Amino acid sequence: MYDVVIIGAGVTGSAIARYLSRYQVKACVLEMSEDVCTGTSKANSAIVHAGYDAENGSLMAKYNVEGSVMMPDLAKELDFDYDMCGSLVVCLSEDDRPALVKLYENGVKNGVKDLEIIERDRLLELEPNIADNAVAALWAPTGGIVCPFGLTIAFAENACENGVEFFFNEKVTEIQKTEGGFLVKTENNEYETKTVVNAAGVYSDVFHNEFASKKIHITPRKGEYLLLDHATYGYVTHTVFQLPGKYGKGVLVTPTVHKNTLVGPTATDIEDKEGVNTTQEGLQEVIDKSALALKNVPVRQVITSFAGLRAHEDSHEFVIGEIPEAPGFFDAAGIESPGLSSSPAIGLHVSDMVAEKLGLEKKADFKAERKGIIKAGDLSLEERNELIKKDPAYGQIICRCESVSEGEIIDAIRRPLGAKSLDGVKRRVRAGMGRCQAGFCSPRVMEILSRELDIPLSEITKSGGASKIIVGTVKDSL
Amino acid sequence: MEVRNLTCINCPLGCQLTVELENGEVKSVSGYTCKRGDTYARKEVTNPTRIVTSSVKITDAVSKETMVSVKTAQDIPKGKIFDVVKDIKDVTVKAPVYIGDVIKADVAGTGVDMIATRTVI
Amino acid sequence: MEKYNIVIIGGGPAGLAAAASAYDAGERSILILERDVKLGGILNQCIHNGFGLHTFKEELTGPEYAQRYIDQVLERKIEYRLNTMVMDISPEKVVTAMNKSDGMFQIDAKSVILAMGCRERPRGALNTPGFRPAGIYSAGTAQRLVNIEGYMPGRKVVILGSGDIGLIMARRMTLEGAEVKVVAEIQPYSGGLKRNIVQCLDDYGIPLKLSHTVVDIQGKERVEGVTIAEVGPDMKPIPGTEIHYECDTLLLSVGLLPENELSKQAGVELSRVTSGPVVNESLETSVPGVFACGNVLHVHDLVDYVSEEAAAAGRNAAAFVRGELSGDTSGEIPITFEGGPRYTVPCTLDPKKMTDTLTVRFRVGAVMQDRWVNVFLDDERIVHRRRQIMAPGEMEEVVLKKSQFENHPDLKSILIKVEEA
Repeated sequence: MYDVVIIGAGVTGSAIARYLSRYQVKACVLEMSEDVCTGTSKANSAIVHAGYDAENGSLMAKYNVEGSVMMPDLAKELDFDYDMCGSLVVCLSEDDRPALVKLYENGVKNGVKDLEIIERDRLLELEPNIADNAVAALWAPTGGIVCPFGLTIAFAENACENGVEFFFNEKVTEIQKTEGGFLVKTENNEYETKTVVNAAGVYSDVFHNEFASKKIHITPRKGEYLLLDHATYGYVTHTVFQLPGKYGKGVLVTPTVHKNTLVGPTATDIEDKEGVNTTQEGLQEVIDKSALALKNVPVRQVITSFAGLRAHEDSHEFVIGEIPEAPGFFDAAGIESPGLSSSPAIGLHVSDMVAEKLGLEKKADFKAERKGIIKAGDLSLEERNELIKKDPAYGQIICRCESVSEGEIIDAIRRPLGAKSLDGVKRRVRAGMGRCQAGFCSPRVMEILSRELDIPLSEITKSGGASKIIVGTVKDSL
Repeated sequence: MEVRNLTCINCPLGCQLTVELENGEVKSVSGYTCKRGDTYARKEVTNPTRIVTSSVKITDAVSKETMVSVKTAQDIPKGKIFDVVKDIKDVTVKAPVYIGDVIKADVAGTGVDMIATRTVI
Repeated sequence: MEKYNIVIIGGGPAGLAAAASAYDAGERSILILERDVKLGGILNQCIHNGFGLHTFKEELTGPEYAQRYIDQVLERKIEYRLNTMVMDISPEKVVTAMNKSDGMFQIDAKSVILAMGCRERPRGALNTPGFRPAGIYSAGTAQRLVNIEGYMPGRKVVILGSGDIGLIMARRMTLEGAEVKVVAEIQPYSGGLKRNIVQCLDDYGIPLKLSHTVVDIQGKERVEGVTIAEVGPDMKPIPGTEIHYECDTLLLSVGLLPENELSKQAGVELSRVTSGPVVNESLETSVPGVFACGNVLHVHDLVDYVSEEAAAAGRNAAAFVRGELSGDTSGEIPITFEGGPRYTVPCTLDPKKMTDTLTVRFRVGAVMQDRWVNVFLDDERIVHRRRQIMAPGEMEEVVLKKSQFENHPDLKSILIKVEEA
């Protein structure tokens, strides 16, 4: 019997697992995919919003601001990539200035620190490529950028290290109310638990609606992005938004923590909860809209495009807390932007709610710190040689675009909740994330996966399930 | 008179050849820049041939390589290409293998040997 | 810090030929740094035939061609280090490299020859819409899986792009048991050699659809289908022309790009057209003593030309080390062009420094029929050669003789002019 079953190993589920692991608890996370961070959490703007945008008084505002404040210390504690680069909301017309002022005032009310409205000359100093018609901007120095995989994986690994179990390829099919709590059924197993946390992203309405009388409705809202080559790094040095319109925040242009430039997203409501395909229209829209607030956006230097789905609830508000009709069933649903920014705060508060319900005691030996994978490329020559002497695998480059060594890849596979697929390796150490998009390194990473996991090369997948890379041997069908 | 237009495949120039045939017999070839083009055109319209390249399994290589590349030592009739590939389907050789070593003699009864194109030790 | 007179970055066809020729020019302090487990570079996986007709007057496969040059390097006992990744080249020509046994180390080089080759353009660069499942490979990745590892990356294949590797892989996959359904090419002409269209596609009845591109990729885990459509002159898909193919694999052969990350670190000026270094007649880059050759300089159609160019780079690097290559760039005359060429290699020429003959290579931007290729030294036409057909997929060359420059002591312009015949 579990105390807690968390559904979903995205950033929300993983954050809740991590903060829950501060308590003496028997908890597990059930994830339908083969790895953490495979849904909404892996394909988004990778932004830590300062918190001026969400409507004052909303849960979104509360959790966003709190999460944003937690992020710098958390990045040190859990060792993930984060940079408080600051963000700008650019106002392109004097007619829009009232909206800019309103945004500023909303931010101040939300408790966002150091907000300022800056005029064109100062804006131009911060971002020389800003559009000629930009008149002013909201400057939020506490806005930041984060590695969404790094954040999610850090939460999950730390939770795992503190005793939370993770089960992958476990798609929850049914949840039954029982006398002592719930019976959570997956395609292969059953889990008895006292409480359930619903962090199922775009599927969270399905589980909520089984128990709640007040129904919710999640629409997968597709956002398409372009990721630009390292050569474009520095084109913008802050996250540049346009004043929000009807569909959220429009198209932003931002540096990433990995020294790329990211452009997007679109906002298209779709039906398919797995519909992460990009479209011709969507990609064109990103290109067109990026040119509104900035000049000569280097979109030609795109290395990949992708789409992610936000779990948009009709009310455009987080659905967080215990369902009154189903004591012990907690929601963390409708987590769309600013969900990534809010995740530490959601994790903290939801875990506290569950702990209070169960009367959990804090753990004396909770390990708050987690060490990430060594970034060998950041070491000095002497440090690197020390490392190679200890483990020669750090002297062998596998991914040449991102300079990822064999040692880093092996660590990504061997550590708790390690990578099991090419995409798993990519999210942890960036092998295959560079400009050749895995053309060169994928056969080599496959060999390492095969060796480390002791499975034949033919079983290696891109991202679990049926995503096999090779289908047979030469001449086998002749 | 039948006229056939071909692209010479002997070298990357890819000369455009024109062959005039009468009752299956070559009357003239034009468009080539070297002698090989003339020879190719005459052969291509009567008995087209190709070099076949592929690879076969290799065991016991110090380098841990598992495949060694091979080719037909001479060109073989075009119609026999798949017979050749099928004939080496189950061939496994043991390292070391040197460039030029015969991997399969008289492959698919063509009278041509399949030889190694790489040295694997 | 270790010191070598010449450090060659890359042990593929360019690096090997450069090393052998630098040796033959009298240089003995040469080191080749190669990132792979063996010398030979990408030729090791190009197991098809068609290499070496120019150089050896016989038709070799890639590995055989590579072996000829590997043997030259071995016979000359030229030093090389395998599994060694070069991490940085400084403008002062300090080369930082790394491998498992030596760790990270630095070499002080008098001269550096860039011979890193090129890489394939990925799907991302095309903004191809659709899902991102398994089953999408660059043609070169598939080539490695099939030829080196012996694995089939798929059974039913659509190929986007008619570059040579794509055409070659259409045949290789077919011979190994796959069904290649179509090759789609966005341009109105093929990017590959004509002979490869004949012997890789026509021989096996594989259709080539020009002016077509992929407009959708289906399948969430593994590719399940691909939709292609015809494109108009603006390269945009024409609605209503979509054709759907059921397949499990999409191979991309959509172009090669010189791999110049290290060149940039060394401060080498790059051409916006070729993405390779800007070089003078000595194949020397904007950084004195740094030379470039092979596909890192500009993407070649034939390895024979790579070897030839690399040999020149090797000789010139040796001359530089001996102090025979003047650092005076005041005599450099830009090679200009009109009527078709997109670029030339070299970009400039100093008649005082040129060898007895100098090959200038270029590519045209569109298919052109029946043209004159002219070279003018100021007003004098020194080359007048007729070409039946010129295509972007194939490299063109003109050979200039030093003697032709003797009448032009005050030469101002060198012009390559392509005209309709």
